[in-house]
Amino acid sequence: MGELKLMKGNEALAEAAIRYGADAYFGYPITPQSEVIEYLSEQNPYERTGMVVLQAESELAAINMVYGAGASGKRVMTSSSSPGVCLKQEGLAYIAGAEIPCVFADVVRGGPGLGTIQPSQADYFQNTKGGGNGDYRNIVLAPASVQEMCDFVALGFELAFKYRMAACILSDGAIGQMMEKVVLPDQKPRMTDEEIKAKYPWAINGRKNGTQHRIITSLDLDSAKMEEHNIHLQKKYKEVEEKEVRYEMIDCDDAEYVFVAYGSSARIAQKSVQLGRAAGMKVGLLRPITLWPYPTKAIDALIKKGVKGFLSVELSCGQMIEDVRLACNGRVKAEHFGRVGGIIHTPEEVLEAMKKQIIGE
Amino acid sequence: MASFKGAISVDIERCKGCGVCVVNCPMNVISLAKEVNGKGYNYAYMAEPDKCIGCASCGIVCPDGVISVYKAKL
Amino acid sequence: MTVQDIIKPENLVYQKSKLLTNKPFHYCPGCGHGTVHRIIAEVLEELGVGDKTIGVSPVGCAVMAYDYFDVDFAEAAHGRAPAVATGIKRVWPDKVVFSYQGDGDLAAIGTCETIHTCNRGENITMIFVNNGIYGMTGGQMAPTTLEGMKTATTPYGRKATLPAGAGFDGIPNNGYPLHITELIARLPGTKYVTRQAVYDPAHVRNAKKAIRKAFENQINGKSGVNFVEIVSNCNSNWKMEPVAANKWLVENMLPEYPLGDIKVDGKLVEK
Repeated sequence: MGELKLMKGNEALAEAAIRYGADAYFGYPITPQSEVIEYLSEQNPYERTGMVVLQAESELAAINMVYGAGASGKRVMTSSSSPGVCLKQEGLAYIAGAEIPCVFADVVRGGPGLGTIQPSQADYFQNTKGGGNGDYRNIVLAPASVQEMCDFVALGFELAFKYRMAACILSDGAIGQMMEKVVLPDQKPRMTDEEIKAKYPWAINGRKNGTQHRIITSLDLDSAKMEEHNIHLQKKYKEVEEKEVRYEMIDCDDAEYVFVAYGSSARIAQKSVQLGRAAGMKVGLLRPITLWPYPTKAIDALIKKGVKGFLSVELSCGQMIEDVRLACNGRVKAEHFGRVGGIIHTPEEVLEAMKKQIIGE
Repeated sequence: MASFKGAISVDIERCKGCGVCVVNCPMNVISLAKEVNGKGYNYAYMAEPDKCIGCASCGIVCPDGVISVYKAKL
Repeated sequence: MTVQDIIKPENLVYQKSKLLTNKPFHYCPGCGHGTVHRIIAEVLEELGVGDKTIGVSPVGCAVMAYDYFDVDFAEAAHGRAPAVATGIKRVWPDKVVFSYQGDGDLAAIGTCETIHTCNRGENITMIFVNNGIYGMTGGQMAPTTLEGMKTATTPYGRKATLPAGAGFDGIPNNGYPLHITELIARLPGTKYVTRQAVYDPAHVRNAKKAIRKAFENQINGKSGVNFVEIVSNCNSNWKMEPVAANKWLVENMLPEYPLGDIKVDGKLVEK
């Protein structure tokens, strides 16, 4: 079962796409995620599984190829990094409106604008709050290891097809570039055309003789129908919020103070917890795995258990802190600590920030 | 001369009265009615049915596909 | 023989394609979109590929083309129809895939997708309806707007460069009518490139033949974009009666955009 390998996060994502039976990947090079399309191109997935890999002329074209192939019921994926994900927002809004399942990875780099090619978590807002137009959500999964870069491809597709929406793998330059051991899954077969037609009757892949033609669109000029469509989407999002929240708690059982961190920040904060515990501090870590839906109830439960304060540790100027504060709702102190511009915080300074900003020494 | 005779049937309620069929009828069979349909358009009709040769020019140029053309041997 | 005697099913020689739904077109009276829809549907019906066809509609007047064709359809973001069509065709290579776009969609906001889809030689059919104006948004300048043509954003006429007077003459202004069809014909990825019109029965017949070839090439081939431009009208935004608009089209649009095949079987047609 499985195959143990030493791989970059970006490579693990790409290999997982092949092994989990993706039908197509449409991408465009951008640092620090170009390894995804390079690896796929080198692997010849068309020969391995019949998976299509295409370098598009832009991120815009890539996401719209995903729109088309996804609308036809196939398992389709794209990936990019921050400025490229900006360009994908138009397509993502259409994908949300037309309810097309797909997976996209954002290997985040620093911004705003061209910013830097170094790791960052400053696209939390863009991905969890919706960077395109209209009332919509994308499922956002935050891998904190190369293993999760691999595993979340499967989880992403599962959720994307379950709810007919986009699933984002919100990584960062550190997770994408670092090498770790990873257990790769056995090769799963791609779905056959017949299986797709039977399983996804909504997909446009040629109507059956005598049946109604299918339409994939995000448009309706009838206000009543458009409101109905929006209510339907919100109902779906509500269900996702109720059923799909995922998180990890480390040393939280008796914790008085809790770090909240995802992705590479969670790896650092985990070390900060160890340092704090060694010094006799009752600190723990809440690692959200889904950033949307957010583990609001987990924070609520921690407060009810006696946690007195939270420190949101991010490679940003403070984005996830807003969701932490919403969950706290003023009951306990919640502050943000982050480094930006490509600088990654040290476990010591994170612990120091907890002492200064939350515990108040 | 003509061994064929034609006729058209216009889906009056869907006709928008654009008149493109009128100018493209080689036999000047079609006119726009003085009356209007439910949408307020002066719809096309066979003003001179005897002249129709069933060439289908009107049907072919009609942007709304509202004209069906028939042709019978005399 | 009375009219009633003639109008019988056995005498039927022409009717709307069964591959069109019963929904009336929302297009303005006399608009060429309806005619183009009709002949595409006729070709698909005649080729017997209704069950394996997937269309991609644009943003613009034809955005709801999906309501009229009784085939599976996706509606694309503005300008992205060729990318959406690429995505579909790459994962369903045996299906018949076509995009349908206007001039603003295909030749302005979607120029990048248009050129690269053509350059990759996707085995799809692209239908391009060029009426020299933005229809749906209310008659603004399109890349294909003629020089001197008045639109909502060129109320004094499109001027490639600023006119003489006040010392501004020669300064770049609205640019020139874009001949995107000639441009993509130069790309090795295009197989069949043609420009047609639908303002009278003879040209509708020619256009239908061209569209038929564009689909047959896709069905029989493995690669190469088959591209059909239709020079059409926009009587509402040209502010003319439908018949007058067609006359204006012949007198003004066709000299700028001459009709005929530009590339056949991958070879440029010598003029």
